Amino acid sequence: MNMHQPGAHIAPDRGLAQTILYLDDVSVSFDGFRALNKLSFYLLPGELRAIIGPNGAGKTTMMDVITGKTRPDSGQVYFGGKVDLTRLDEAAIANLGIGRKFQKPTVFETQTVDDNLRLALRDKRGVYAALFSRTSASQAARLDELLTTIGLADQRDILAGLLSHGQKQWLEIGMLLAQEPQLLLVDEPAAGMTDAETEATATMLRAIAKDRSVVVVEHDMEFVRALEAKVTVLHEGSVLAEGSMEHVQTHPRVIEVYLGR
Amino acid sequence: MRRTGSLFFSTLGDTGGTILVALLLAAAVLVPVLNALPTDSALHIPNYLVSLFGKYLCFALLALSVDLIWGFAGILSLGHGAFFALGGYAMGMHLMREIGTRGVYGNATLPDFMVFLNWKELPWYWYGFDSFAFAALMAILVPGALAFVFGWFAFRSRVTGVYLSIITQALTFALMLAFFRNDFGFGGNNGLTDFKDLLGFNLQAKNTRASLFAASAIALALGYILCRFLVSSRFGRVLIAVRDAESRTRFLGYRVEHYKLFAFVISAMLAGIAGALYVPQVGIINPREFAPANSIEVVIWVAVGGRGTLWGAALGAVLVNYGKTYFTGALPDMWLYVLGALFIFVTLFLPKGVGGTAKEWLGKLWPTARAAKPPLSPSPQAGVAE
Amino acid sequence: MVQVLGIGDFTAKIEATQALATTGDPRLVPILQALLDNNLYARKSDNLVVIGKEQAGTLTIMDPLTEKQLGQAAPADFERARLNNRLRTVLQTALGALQLAHPDPARRKASADALFKTPSLEVIEPLKVALAHESNGSARKALVKALAATELQFTDQVQVKRDAVVTLGAFADPDIRAFLNGRINGINDAAPPEQQELKTAMIAAVAEIERRIATWQMFGNVLQGISLGSVLLLAAIGLAITFGVMGVINMAHGEMVMLGAYTTYVVQMAFREYLPGGVDFALLVAIPAAFAVSGLVGIAIERGIIRWLYGRPLETLLATWGLSLILQQAVRTAFGPTNMQVTSPSWMSGAIELTGGVVLTYNRIWIVVFALLVFGLLIFIQRRTQFGLQMRAVTQNRRMARSMGIRSGWVDALTFGLGSGIAGMAGVALSQIDNVSPNLGQGYIVDSFMVVVFGGVGNLWGTLVGAFGLGIVNKFLEPYAGAVLGKILVLVAIVLFIQWRPRGLFALKGRAVEA
Repeated sequence: MNMHQPGAHIAPDRGLAQTILYLDDVSVSFDGFRALNKLSFYLLPGELRAIIGPNGAGKTTMMDVITGKTRPDSGQVYFGGKVDLTRLDEAAIANLGIGRKFQKPTVFETQTVDDNLRLALRDKRGVYAALFSRTSASQAARLDELLTTIGLADQRDILAGLLSHGQKQWLEIGMLLAQEPQLLLVDEPAAGMTDAETEATATMLRAIAKDRSVVVVEHDMEFVRALEAKVTVLHEGSVLAEGSMEHVQTHPRVIEVYLGR
Repeated sequence: MRRTGSLFFSTLGDTGGTILVALLLAAAVLVPVLNALPTDSALHIPNYLVSLFGKYLCFALLALSVDLIWGFAGILSLGHGAFFALGGYAMGMHLMREIGTRGVYGNATLPDFMVFLNWKELPWYWYGFDSFAFAALMAILVPGALAFVFGWFAFRSRVTGVYLSIITQALTFALMLAFFRNDFGFGGNNGLTDFKDLLGFNLQAKNTRASLFAASAIALALGYILCRFLVSSRFGRVLIAVRDAESRTRFLGYRVEHYKLFAFVISAMLAGIAGALYVPQVGIINPREFAPANSIEVVIWVAVGGRGTLWGAALGAVLVNYGKTYFTGALPDMWLYVLGALFIFVTLFLPKGVGGTAKEWLGKLWPTARAAKPPLSPSPQAGVAE
Repeated sequence: MVQVLGIGDFTAKIEATQALATTGDPRLVPILQALLDNNLYARKSDNLVVIGKEQAGTLTIMDPLTEKQLGQAAPADFERARLNNRLRTVLQTALGALQLAHPDPARRKASADALFKTPSLEVIEPLKVALAHESNGSARKALVKALAATELQFTDQVQVKRDAVVTLGAFADPDIRAFLNGRINGINDAAPPEQQELKTAMIAAVAEIERRIATWQMFGNVLQGISLGSVLLLAAIGLAITFGVMGVINMAHGEMVMLGAYTTYVVQMAFREYLPGGVDFALLVAIPAAFAVSGLVGIAIERGIIRWLYGRPLETLLATWGLSLILQQAVRTAFGPTNMQVTSPSWMSGAIELTGGVVLTYNRIWIVVFALLVFGLLIFIQRRTQFGLQMRAVTQNRRMARSMGIRSGWVDALTFGLGSGIAGMAGVALSQIDNVSPNLGQGYIVDSFMVVVFGGVGNLWGTLVGAFGLGIVNKFLEPYAGAVLGKILVLVAIVLFIQWRPRGLFALKGRAVEA
């Protein structure tokens, strides 16, 4: 198991080229507040990773940096070992195969479940294509498949705004899947869910992680445990600890940060 | 069950749209015919009404163009009057050139106001406007180009919400100040007027006016069909997605700025066409068309008719302008009260407008007929800035 | 010699005048003035010279030196002293020279300026005498100027002329520039070498003067810009509060300003009616009155309309626009469409004239002071009061503030009232420099938005910088581009600026704005 000290430089054992996501020495500050402080982090293809950390640890900012919403003040961010993400905008990054699910479920409320998925479906994203494209038979089949996966087949013609909170979360996960990303960033998927929904979501994410890399940001420890994944603990913008759930739970600094405040 | 083609239906969209297009086409034929009846006939439509409704139709096209971007992409332009006026000026320039030697000063090349200002030759930007085809093209391209440049900068920099509204207002205000200047070369304060004829037809003649009416009706119908096609395609779905959750749309990989820009340019072109059709019917174009107040008034037409319904915008334009005609004639002091109250009433109590509300009632009356199709009008909360 | 003025022939009169002028006795002013005004008479019987005023067939006479009343007389007994043009010129010069000794420094300065405009050889000596005694700064400057101009024109000594040119070159005065240019044109290429040399010196002096004038004009532009900026600040600052704190675009903001101006008018009319002696203080009463009127209307608007539209900024914009139409029309109905007269109190009229043709009117100065006072007060409210704390809390996180027990509804209403009230006070200031008409507010709304957007929403200091920045830039562009084109350029620049910094000059960064 990898074990790193806070702030220590993390070099991937097998080099940059093997990583799906690689952040090195990334710093971001807002008006003097350091949201990310020399953060280094990497992820291997096919890996499922949970990120935990107290409020203000920099979890969401890290997502923002990866998806191009926020430009880092310094540091490197690479995707697939070769694409420099700091030079691209959100749309370009999304089209590379990085999907993001927000903390608050954001689906297109005035459009149907079907249309939401259709918008997310892997396809040409240009204006011209959007004007004249039709939904092909294979795309239609893919839509049906996705609807079954997220359990919303019966609601396909309902406006997304009318779905329950849990259903919206699932629809958003379905939209992520429709994008067919290589890397999925999921921000607090279990927030506001019932226990049963939480359990179902964890199962869904484990299944998804079988053929792609997934980063899950979560507060809920039970949910993280259910993911059975490697855990990275963020604190004040850098990595505090990394390893199995058992490992980080016994880590003295982690205990201090979580309980000592 | 399978809705393979659902994102691409070039049908007229809904009942309201079908009725609108049918009405317009009928009017394009019937109004000139009824206008041609002898004046003592019960079915005769007097000349002034033909011109009046021709004007309303131009406003309806302008409202339609605003609805395309406001109703579907969430871009509230408070400067669309600028595109309308630019289209109008392009046509006005052609009409000025058509006057030829019939002006007060009888100068074959220079319009009267230039002779009056002691200009010796035609400014370069007036070249080509003696050709109708060129002027017609410019009436579309100039607003389109301005919208392209403006939108390219604004959308790329992610200027959204009220900020965008304010700078569009500044844009039209700046243009108004510019066109008021004599040395700008567009007639200054007085604008362009005293037109004689268009394509050889006397603008005062009954038949010309009836034809212009028919042209406006057809332009509106075509504009409606174009907009309906746009919003019914996947392009339209993306626009609505941008309106409701702009950053989510980006994270799906759509270049939001391209979509907005395309809609904005199309919208500006439609506004330009509306202006070009408007000018020969009213016989004048002056810088007051650029006044920010005019552009804001257009927005209220759309709001009254129902934002995001397209046909509602056209309806709203006609309704409000009919009201304006009535009040300014019968109770001139009351008009601004009525207009002001309309702004407040519609935003507070009728956020979906006449069109959206009517649609809801229809939906309740025939639930099955509507269930399959998503309502296109935005929810009241849809205006929230990202 | 006084006798000669009354009865002598023209040559004698001219000589007498010139002789009198060199005495420098200010008591001679009335008699010379009387002669110039055709009010000098000599009694036919004994050649007594008097100053007389003819009115309704009788002549009121007085002693020319003591101005003692001598009673009434019949015009037929007197003969009016006659004048010709040459004598008039000499008289004017002499009067100018004599008034150089007037006890009032302003009068001394005025007569020196008059001599500068009509120089003559005779005044050189009186000017020198006056200069030796003069202690007042601005009068002294005027004397130096007049003396140098006279010397340059009338002496024969080349060195004196050269010195005069150098003296003149040290001023930043358009009049001197015109004077020197006149002299330069008078010297043609055929003139002797020392004349040519003088011409070169004068050309250099003109260049020097122009440079000085340009500097002063620049300074003047800055002052004008500050003046415009203070007006923009007053108009925009209320908008900055409502926009910044509540995210509400109040299109009726201009009408709040307009209401303030009309309140000023009403207060002034009330003073005229009931307390005519206190009209000068009407403006001071109008300030709180305008604040109250606009503020209350603002609170009513917030409670009645805006409250229902939170989270829908575009709809708010439309509704408040509708409101602005209603308010305009209401004022038009109540007061009529014409401009109302609001006069400036005496302590606000007048102006300070600076060098280089730069003029500062008192009302402009007062408006700058007023704008800064209002701004300071607002900063104080925001930073140091409980209400300010709540206002900032609601700005930063409405939900959190509400959960901490802040009644955000009331904060909103009061904030809106405060913003509108300040707009009303802006109206008081604008009533002094602009027409009080129903359209008053419309003229400022676009500019105010520009200021707020330029400065950065939610940042009062940004608004301050934005207002003065735009004001100064506007005034700098005006001489080159003209007022209208300058304004267009500024608008275009702001539109471009927004592309570069979509959230303004001093935008809030970080999590707060990401929502």
